[in-house]
Amino acid sequence: MSAASTPAGATPTSGTPMIRLTGVSKTFNRTIHAVRDVDLDVAEGEVVVIVGPSGSGKSTVLRCINLLEVPTTGTVIVDGHTLTNAGTDLDHVRAEVGMVFQQFNLFPHLTVMENITLAQRKVRGRSKAEAEEMGMRQLTRVGIPDKADSFPRQLSGGQQQRVAIARSLAMEPKVMLFDEPTSALDPEMVKEVLDVMLELAGEGMTMVVVTHEMGFAKAAADRLVFIDEGEIVESGPPEEVFSNPSHDRTRAFFAKILY
Amino acid sequence: MSEFRSSRDGRITDERPWWDTFPWWSLIIVGVLVWMGAQIIVNDDYGLAWERIIPGLGLTLKSTIYAFGIALAIALIAGTGQMSRNVVVRNLARTYVEFVRGIPMLPLIFTVALILVPELTNLLNTRLDAWFGWKFKLSFEMRATVTLAVIYGAYMAEIFRGGIQSIPPGQIEAGRSLGLNRRQTMRSVVLPQAMRAIIPPMGNDFIAILKDTSLLSVLGALEITQRARQFSASTFKFREGYFVSAFIYLVLTLSLSVLLGVLERRMSRDRKGER
Repeated sequence: MSAASTPAGATPTSGTPMIRLTGVSKTFNRTIHAVRDVDLDVAEGEVVVIVGPSGSGKSTVLRCINLLEVPTTGTVIVDGHTLTNAGTDLDHVRAEVGMVFQQFNLFPHLTVMENITLAQRKVRGRSKAEAEEMGMRQLTRVGIPDKADSFPRQLSGGQQQRVAIARSLAMEPKVMLFDEPTSALDPEMVKEVLDVMLELAGEGMTMVVVTHEMGFAKAAADRLVFIDEGEIVESGPPEEVFSNPSHDRTRAFFAKILY
Repeated sequence: MSEFRSSRDGRITDERPWWDTFPWWSLIIVGVLVWMGAQIIVNDDYGLAWERIIPGLGLTLKSTIYAFGIALAIALIAGTGQMSRNVVVRNLARTYVEFVRGIPMLPLIFTVALILVPELTNLLNTRLDAWFGWKFKLSFEMRATVTLAVIYGAYMAEIFRGGIQSIPPGQIEAGRSLGLNRRQTMRSVVLPQAMRAIIPPMGNDFIAILKDTSLLSVLGALEITQRARQFSASTFKFREGYFVSAFIYLVLTLSLSVLLGVLERRMSRDRKGER
């Protein structure tokens, strides 16, 4: 592990990390180096927030964790499974890794409850009743149990994103990935989504969050990772990185975004 | 230049008068159809043409339904084939689609019906004869129908492909990241949404096939157009023969497109419920 990715503040709770990226690079069209040689360990129960300028490759790093993006080189290990090995059952591992997208990506032809029960039934093999019971529990948790029979288009952006979170949680994942979950939301709906995420972090969920919400990073992150030009520039406890960044690039970035 | 129209009291308004939005075209068409229908009943020449041509309706409809059914199967294979991860399958599907779409229908009908089908059946029959002592024979009607299916299979493959590709990649990513495999994502997430984009143009192609069964007349199939040709040639009543055949086609296509409109409206109403 390179020095840059070793958490200064967070102490892993167990020997092997939940997520381990080793030497991960992603090159598009052989010319665009989106991610360069990234090493990142995330311990069980740890909340890692990834920040960085747009186009810095932070989303690509996140998408490499569940192999939505296949790394050009490098190794991805999640919960002991080496995803970058040819024989690994990706579908099986993906079921353990929830992902929340910037654009929600709810299934528009299905009701909220059907959105939440689909994968539970097809992948987990749960009965309709079991899946719906779990669905109600997760909808209650995100605060919109009354929207079970609505269609996604009938909901506000914040409600849609909370359904997306509930949909992932219903699979009882070991890890949750968030790809700019509040970036597509109207300002007044950001908080309701962040509140759910904060609560989740408090319950000990292993989370990797790409976001521009520095307030959330301060409140929930065990570790803040700053990525620029596809590389991890700096990583450490949020207060430390915010107040005393050790790299010029990090300083320049915070100078631009912190008001 | 203004979008607004002036109303009688001198103020501008965005309301359009009823006569501006009324579908006059439908009145005209209904008028023509009623006139034709009346001619068939009261005029003996038109009545005779009707009697001689209408027996072709069965073959026209049968060919349409068979051709559409076979085309649907071909389109499903060729459409999804074009998106296959297998390089051979993908290129075979693409070749078929590009070939067929690039050649006019009439030469294709001759090629398939007079060359490809006989060659293929010959090839097949040497085996069938040797093994079972039985030979496979395809009538000219069926050959032409198969040709139509081959042609529309390519057009409809593009509809399938377009419909599936119109689904945002985020939908597939959401499905896959929940642990659904490729097939499950296709069946439960992509296809149900793609059907909305697929059904209306498929309906249009059904109507197009109905009209194009008239091309079967070049192979002597006794459908509506061929019967109209025979009637006209033998009686020299060209006007009656072709007017009546046009009348039959119009009644069929118009009622089909009304039906299709109802279907589409019902589909969009369902979608509104989701908003």
